[in-house]
Amino acid sequence: MAQINLLQAVNRALDTAMEADERVICLGEDIGKFGGVFRATSDLQEKYGKARCFNTPITEQGIVGFSIGLAAQGSIAVAEIQFADYIFPAFDQIVNEAAKFRYRSGDQFNCGGLTIRAPYGGGISGGLYHSQSPEAYFCHTPGLKVVIPSTAYQAKGLLLAAIRDPDPVIFFEPKAIYRAEVGEVPDTDYVLPLGVAEVATQGSDITLVGWGAQMHQLHRASNMALRDGISCEVIDLCTLLPWDVDTVAQSVEKTGRLIISHEAPRTGGFAGEISATIQERCFLSLESPIMRVTGMDTPFPLVFEKEYMPDYLKVYEAIKASVNF
Amino acid sequence: MAKFDRTLGTLRFTEATDLSIPTLSILDPQGELRKGAEAPVIDKETALKIYRDMTYIRVLDERMVSAQRQGRLSFYMTCTGEEAAVVGSIAGFSDRDMIMAQYREQAALRYRGFTSEQFMNQMLSNDLDLGKGRQMPVHYGSRALNYMTISSTLATQIPQAAGYAYGQKLSGNDACTVCYFGEGAASEGDFHAGLNMAAVLNCPVVFVVRNNGYAISTPNSEQFSGDGIAPRGVGYGIKTIRVDGNDILAVYAAGVAARKLAIDSSAPVMIETMSYRLGAHSTSDDPTNYRNAEEEQLWAEKDPILRMRKWLLGKGWWSDQQEHQLKTSYKKEILDALKSQEKRPAPSLDGLISDVYQTPPLHLQRQYAELKQHIDKYPDHYLANPARVDSAYQYASVQIP
Repeated sequence: MAQINLLQAVNRALDTAMEADERVICLGEDIGKFGGVFRATSDLQEKYGKARCFNTPITEQGIVGFSIGLAAQGSIAVAEIQFADYIFPAFDQIVNEAAKFRYRSGDQFNCGGLTIRAPYGGGISGGLYHSQSPEAYFCHTPGLKVVIPSTAYQAKGLLLAAIRDPDPVIFFEPKAIYRAEVGEVPDTDYVLPLGVAEVATQGSDITLVGWGAQMHQLHRASNMALRDGISCEVIDLCTLLPWDVDTVAQSVEKTGRLIISHEAPRTGGFAGEISATIQERCFLSLESPIMRVTGMDTPFPLVFEKEYMPDYLKVYEAIKASVNF
Repeated sequence: MAKFDRTLGTLRFTEATDLSIPTLSILDPQGELRKGAEAPVIDKETALKIYRDMTYIRVLDERMVSAQRQGRLSFYMTCTGEEAAVVGSIAGFSDRDMIMAQYREQAALRYRGFTSEQFMNQMLSNDLDLGKGRQMPVHYGSRALNYMTISSTLATQIPQAAGYAYGQKLSGNDACTVCYFGEGAASEGDFHAGLNMAAVLNCPVVFVVRNNGYAISTPNSEQFSGDGIAPRGVGYGIKTIRVDGNDILAVYAAGVAARKLAIDSSAPVMIETMSYRLGAHSTSDDPTNYRNAEEEQLWAEKDPILRMRKWLLGKGWWSDQQEHQLKTSYKKEILDALKSQEKRPAPSLDGLISDVYQTPPLHLQRQYAELKQHIDKYPDHYLANPARVDSAYQYASVQIP
């Protein structure tokens, strides 16, 4: 097994998928010879040819609409949106078309072969338009699946699963840890199941739930809390839609406490959904109110990015507040 | 209804090549008037202002790329190679006219009078930045200079420009909107929506398409397969002209005429400037990955500033000595401004919640109060380096394209 970073794992997953199935097609802005602005598609055009890995004109609605058509015709389309912040011109195609394609036709047609990849999240001084975490918009759309890896191993296994899943999947990649996140990744073809959370650290006093780059902050806060004698169970959701309610509920029944953390703004964020579901399921097990550590209800800032971010210190303070409630 | 007044009994498809749009070219590469070319009327003062501002932006771009390499800025984008396309076009307009640009048009802002200190304040996100430290470098905006704040999102300004211009027409204030974007942005849906609405609703907006060969790594050949962008203007019913974007007189002539048309006939106009992005897409980009040095050299020889200098020298309006003095003084002005403005503090922390709405609602005020309490617990962790390009905080080696 090789030690590779999360970005290389994405590249390996695409390579594996294209090699295993000639119906797999990668498309997006600058993804051809250049290999994408983050190099996620490096060498794929050279290896599989221009017909299967190509640059598109700059039109996100076009990229997604085109990919839906490809998928409907029987191809497996893997579209890259250069930044999650730029996915919104494609919102209509995603929400009204991809998500409802199977349902509205009585399953005569589907675009299940569609996967949309997009780097998301802050931490790179990107300001308003290179930092957003738009997952909640898509989690509010029945018919889509939403997946976010946090490790290199997950990135390859989950992306391969997304590409082969019979439903359209949005795969958000935590660009802040594209290179910082390194781990052992098998060279073999493997998939990790969608809709299944990973208990990253077992613990007994409080449950921390997150996904993507935020897992780094949760682990760091968990380590700080451990020095205070607080044992955190850290859960990586991996798939947000549909999310693994049972794993989180079982953990909260054990610990009696829950903190959910994401970079996206608080109001309407996905933490609210998790919180509501868990209080429905685990009301009698709860020892303290479920807490959220999230971005603020503002556009993503530039100069005050560090203050805005729900970093490990904010998570650590929330852990103490929950345990001492 | 489509117009059916021309009928033909023979089956014939119209081809892209049937509409051949010529390129206006007035100055040859030696800076001399082409034979038979009609030079626009331009006085010495205007010509020299154009030349100085083009030169200023070239110097600014060079200095800022160096500053970015030194870690004093997080990011930068140059206008290099397209100075004539931007300054030449905006020189044809009134200061009353709104500019809605993409992001590579700092030369138009300079033409309106943006100072070195103002450029620095924005790029350094300090307390005097008109945008309050909220956007990445080069996302300028100035209400006083009628320069709409830049958004990174591509082509969104195109339909907005149509709407802004429509409002100007209703207000009757003898002003129009100039809307800049690149040939890559012309692939976005907003381009098509904006052009069509501008034409149908008779909006006094001038679209300036900077066709510079590349959208990050993507060459024109993979961006469109027709004859550039100009025929699309015609297709939407917009008076359109294509000009040599490295020929200052051609661009200026088109700018002056386009404004007159837009105002007099209350209608959109399109100018396609044919040029070349001589620099990288941004400081995060390395063009050697996707284009060759010979091609760059070919275009470097067509440098629009050099061509205008030759023309000015030929007219006796400029001298080598003036050239030397101008560049020396701009270098000093820019470096002095960088040094002084990078010492300024960051904007105040309440800028996190101000302007999200006109007045911060209660929930935001509460979130802000919580944040301040938290920061008080860890004062060394936050606000340590307020005017930060905080490389320790940024995850290593992930850059914005």
